[in-house]
Amino acid sequence: MELVNFLGIQLLNALWLSALLFMLAVGLSVVFGLLDVLNLAHCTLYMIGAYIGFTIANWLGSYWLALAVAPVAVTVVGAVLYVALLRRLRGNHLIQALVTFGLLFVGYDAARMIWGVDQFRMAEPALLSGSFPVFGQGYPVYRLFVFAVGLVTAVALYLGLERTRLGAVVRAGVDDRETAAVLGINIDRAFFIVFCIGTALAGFAGVLAAPIRTVEPGMDVEILIPALVVVVIGGPGSLKGAVLGALIIGTADTFGPVLLPEFSSFTMYAVMAAILLVRPQGLLPVKPAH
Amino acid sequence: MPALLEVEDLHAYYGESHVLQGISLAVPKGEVVALMGRNGAGKTTTMRAIVGLVTPRRGAVRFAGRPLAGLRTYEIAQGGVALVPETRGIFPSLTVLENLTVAARGAGPWTLRRVFETFPRLEQRRKNLGGQLSGGEQQMLSIARALMTHPELLMLDEPGEGLAPIIVQDIHRILANLKDEGVTMLLVEKSFAFATSLADTVYVIGKGQVRWQGPAEGLKAAEDVKSTWLGV
Repeated sequence: MELVNFLGIQLLNALWLSALLFMLAVGLSVVFGLLDVLNLAHCTLYMIGAYIGFTIANWLGSYWLALAVAPVAVTVVGAVLYVALLRRLRGNHLIQALVTFGLLFVGYDAARMIWGVDQFRMAEPALLSGSFPVFGQGYPVYRLFVFAVGLVTAVALYLGLERTRLGAVVRAGVDDRETAAVLGINIDRAFFIVFCIGTALAGFAGVLAAPIRTVEPGMDVEILIPALVVVVIGGPGSLKGAVLGALIIGTADTFGPVLLPEFSSFTMYAVMAAILLVRPQGLLPVKPAH
Repeated sequence: MPALLEVEDLHAYYGESHVLQGISLAVPKGEVVALMGRNGAGKTTTMRAIVGLVTPRRGAVRFAGRPLAGLRTYEIAQGGVALVPETRGIFPSLTVLENLTVAARGAGPWTLRRVFETFPRLEQRRKNLGGQLSGGEQQMLSIARALMTHPELLMLDEPGEGLAPIIVQDIHRILANLKDEGVTMLLVEKSFAFATSLADTVYVIGKGQVRWQGPAEGLKAAEDVKSTWLGV
């Protein structure tokens, strides 16, 4: 019974972590898969979202306002970054990696200059502050909320891609860019909108994470690696791949440290290596290998 | 009155290879113009240069009096030029319906209903993915999709290529109907009968230059042109 309770709690932990990873990885993945931009600073935008969210919540006392405004602010930052810098680096992954890795340091120092080195934790909203009894203990409601938001986000993105005109335009652009242009479709604009959605999700994830994980310089790097692993094992550019990859890595990253503590830093990579041995193109790639 | 499309002294290269060596042609509004010639003569490149997929090194393209140089492909398309590529360019992961609606732009003569009336087969298959269509259905969809943009000029690159004779007849009939409705077309075609029965004017292209131009009827009698540049 105790084992069941223990595993049950870990399973719940795996769910919210997977949701968070998904919301980060999906932007990273789609921007890489569609726009051919490897943005290692994607998680810096997540950190900025957490800081801005924390600041808003601190000043104005409203978590919900923070959750609404911070993603918008982060999107503006991301859009400026894209137009001024990332767009010019298309097609050269090495330069992209170097430049955006540099941005990671800029973000780290900027965060230290603006907010200092202190660790913050944002208060969760009163509505979601309680815990509920499950598996023999109280489990925070807020963490389940994060999982629910991740789930809703995944469904919304799926419907957006499959059922809307923008989604059809994006799929057309992925299928055949040249023909899309010949039909009068401005693919660059559609992909830019996709970039902005991915960026907004990074900011959104930052605010969601702020009451669970500490807000501090370096919180971006901490989650960048698992998010990248999700992209790689799911298949770059793939929405379903990001969902599946996030669930796998969220689970591995939760259960690994408690089941095999001495291998905790290794679990995720072992899982990645095992998957890539079997499916080097990722589990659910956008364009299936023939 | 100037022609709807004017191409003037167009030069284009693929690497070192001088594929277009001064092509000039005109497509008057309401007419069908055919480009004929052997493989590699420069017909497809001419079309690609018109829509900005190939950047010409010299020369000018004017559409409705407006120079197209420097415009991006999607802007040229939005201006009223549609290309049905030789490869058909069907989006495999979009349904037939999505292939059509993704191209639809503003108000104009071509509604979904009218397109389905013209191509009944597409209505039956509207929920199928583009990748599931036969070659003939893909060609129909490619033409239908181009029409959804309400083009002032419809360019077709070998619409009969690789299709069964009965399908080619179908497509020929549809294009003839479009011609009767006044749709301006620029057609690349290797089939002599297909091209000359549709076109008002034919340009014979060989080795990147216009070798002959004139009314389609005139080409039938020009035996030397046919044997030298068309291999008929």
